[in-house]
Amino acid sequence: MTRPTLTQATGPAHTRILGLGAVRGELTVPNDDLVGPIDSSDEWIRQRTGIVTRRRAAEGTDVLDLAEAAANDAIKAAGLTGADIDAVLLSTVTYFHQTPAGAAIIADRIGATPAAAWDISAACAGYCYGIAQADALVRAGTARNVLVIGAEKMSEFVDPTDRSISFLLGDGAGAVVVGASDTPGIGPTVWGSDGAQAQAIRQTHSWLDVRDTDAGWPTLRQEGPTVFKWAGFQMAPIASQAMAAAGVEPEQIEAFIPHQANMRIIDQMIKQLKLPESVVIGRDIADTGNTSAASIPLAAERLLREGQVPSGALALQIGFGAGLVYAAQVVVLP
Amino acid sequence: MAYSEQEIQAGLAEIVSEETGLPTDSVLPEKSFTDDLDIDSLSMMTIVTLAEEKFSVRIPDDEVKNLTTVGDAVSYISGAQSA
Repeated sequence: MTRPTLTQATGPAHTRILGLGAVRGELTVPNDDLVGPIDSSDEWIRQRTGIVTRRRAAEGTDVLDLAEAAANDAIKAAGLTGADIDAVLLSTVTYFHQTPAGAAIIADRIGATPAAAWDISAACAGYCYGIAQADALVRAGTARNVLVIGAEKMSEFVDPTDRSISFLLGDGAGAVVVGASDTPGIGPTVWGSDGAQAQAIRQTHSWLDVRDTDAGWPTLRQEGPTVFKWAGFQMAPIASQAMAAAGVEPEQIEAFIPHQANMRIIDQMIKQLKLPESVVIGRDIADTGNTSAASIPLAAERLLREGQVPSGALALQIGFGAGLVYAAQVVVLP
Repeated sequence: MAYSEQEIQAGLAEIVSEETGLPTDSVLPEKSFTDDLDIDSLSMMTIVTLAEEKFSVRIPDDEVKNLTTVGDAVSYISGAQSA
């Protein structure tokens, strides 16, 4: 018997972000609302993090509601409908079902069924991980239009008495559609992980402990100074590699949109990267807070909405967080 | 080549000055990073990282909390480079 030669998929040479959508939690939470249980002050939080207020979702709004709203905005901005989407990637750490994936539910809600759909667990790097996968899926011919969503209701994961990370966290969702392009719109992704530092940002205990002990609801913790050192100093070379891989020089970058972890980390990264002053910096954290996987698309949306950068601008984006994991790429903003 | 404690003190004072804006001659060995120089834990990590690069030593994150004064850091760096 002669075995047939298989047909393998091939896709377009280039991809780009076709449309962007973003939603923030309905509530504005100032520092003064959080300082009591951590024996702190508005000034201390501002000085340590650059956060003035953060956005949090109302009690009746869940992470899928945020994801759905951002997804619909992104599809509309791309000039498409749900039926045009054939893969849905949802990056989140705050969808509290082990299975099924939230992405499948979102696909159904937005009219994309039977799109392929799965969740990505890459914490604050989740959006950039999603962009890497979407770019590869389209260029491989596996999907035509991929919806990438970073959505978090981090306020479900906070301990009001925690002084390490809880007071930084906010809720929101950002989404983009990645599809074929006549010109290159997504540079190579430089990414990786370092599981030896898994404890640096962590869930306090597992779901099994919730069942087997009286540990209660798990929340997030971080070793703040350790994370600051890692993100502030070791992520800049990753971002530089992403620029080199895309064939662009720092002075050709129009926007730098790092994960909105902490303004001090952002400032340290800028220093290490030696970016020229002409580069516009995403600083959405000041009044949105740290929204994990949602923070980069939210910051991008703000820069575009406020006219700080034009459509078509080259943006260097880098996500980094629990894992530890990281991913960076240069993209053309929609 | 190992740095002398005097060279480490001078180099560390420059790093602290760069991070905090304080004059180098105020960064004395007996000064406490937190109580006297008003350096918080994030600035301390910046100082530690820059000192690691400048003096080619490794200062583990767990060790940083033991470096109370400038002199503590000078001693640690001096010992670490000969280790």
